[in-house]
Amino acid sequence: MTELSLHILDIVKNSTKAGAALVEVDITESTARNVIEITITDNGCGMDEEFLKGVTDPFKTTRTTRKVGMGLSLFKTAAELTGGTFDITSKVGEGTVVKAVFVRDSIDRQPLGDMASTMVTLVSGSESTDFVYRHDFNGNVFEFSTVQVKEILGDVAINTPEVLAWINGYIEEGLQEIVAENI
Amino acid sequence: MKSLAELEQIRNRMANKINVRNEAGEEGNTRIVVGMATCGIAAGARPVLTAMMEEIEKRNITNAYVTQTGCVGMCKYEPIVEVYGADGTKTTYIKMDAAKAVRVINEHIVNGNVVAEFTIGSDK
Ligand SMILES: Nc1ncnc2c1ncn2[C@@H]1O[C@H](COP(=O)(O)OP(=O)(O)OP(=O)(O)O)[C@@H](O)[C@H]1O
Ligand code: FES
Ligand SMILES: [Mg+2]
Repeated sequence: MTELSLHILDIVKNSTKAGAALVEVDITESTARNVIEITITDNGCGMDEEFLKGVTDPFKTTRTTRKVGMGLSLFKTAAELTGGTFDITSKVGEGTVVKAVFVRDSIDRQPLGDMASTMVTLVSGSESTDFVYRHDFNGNVFEFSTVQVKEILGDVAINTPEVLAWINGYIEEGLQEIVAENI
Repeated sequence: MKSLAELEQIRNRMANKINVRNEAGEEGNTRIVVGMATCGIAAGARPVLTAMMEEIEKRNITNAYVTQTGCVGMCKYEPIVEVYGADGTKTTYIKMDAAKAVRVINEHIVNGNVVAEFTIGSDK
């Protein structure tokens, strides 16, 4: 993976595969603390303690098409390469929290990349799942929520091309704004 | 600035022409499937998917829709796009990128000509 946003896409896909009704993506960027913290919280099926222990081992997967899983171990490695940390907690029947902390100015830290594309891909891929994306840049916060979007849309489907194009622009502009406010 | 008010306008426009664009999954539509497992994402499936969605929106194509799937089982050919025609045909495009994706929309979906050079058979 070449962007943090691609890891996020992949990790959130685990959540939707686990049957989550709601997935929250929280990103906190702090130049003062020199970190980018990414937390993905879902209310999917969860994992038991024993499975969880080995879950960042690439040989742990419930997929049947190939013997190795790799999404979580790739994300963990990417965080640890920067000198950051990785943590996953889960409870069967309740859900899962994945948290990765990246050292912001590490030369090994991948760029955040295109979060608007990641969210549009997620929304169009699982229209019945709700997604909340919160991005805090040095205390300026942007938030996107499909709950709010669906309320406005009524019976118009969220994955119609016109709506997805709007979501893309809304997130792009929202992120530009919280970064610009800082300069 | 994109606003929620603008979303409301889109909603009103869509509600008025609800039958213009066929529902995804409706019979007679072409289904485009992009492989979005970890290996697909790592190989560049996301820009392939968004390029196709943008082209469909831009050209106001109403008889095709894009969906995602997990593993297609052929890592080395990712990003993979499968096109299921309304007539029951299946075309598998491999090693895709955003520019190729736009060509598939224009040549295959709009004009009905398979882009043979991107299909799995031509990768020899
Ligand atoms: N949010 C989650 N909720 C429930 N189970 C999960 C979650 N995330 C991961 N898992 C479990 O952990 C396994 C490993 O996940 P990982 O993303 O590393 O690999 P994978 O999804 O199996 O394959 P890949 O991501 O490479 O396509 C999954 O197969 C799944 O069983
Ligand atoms: S894991 Fe690569 S195509 Fe399935
Ligand atoms: Mg995965």
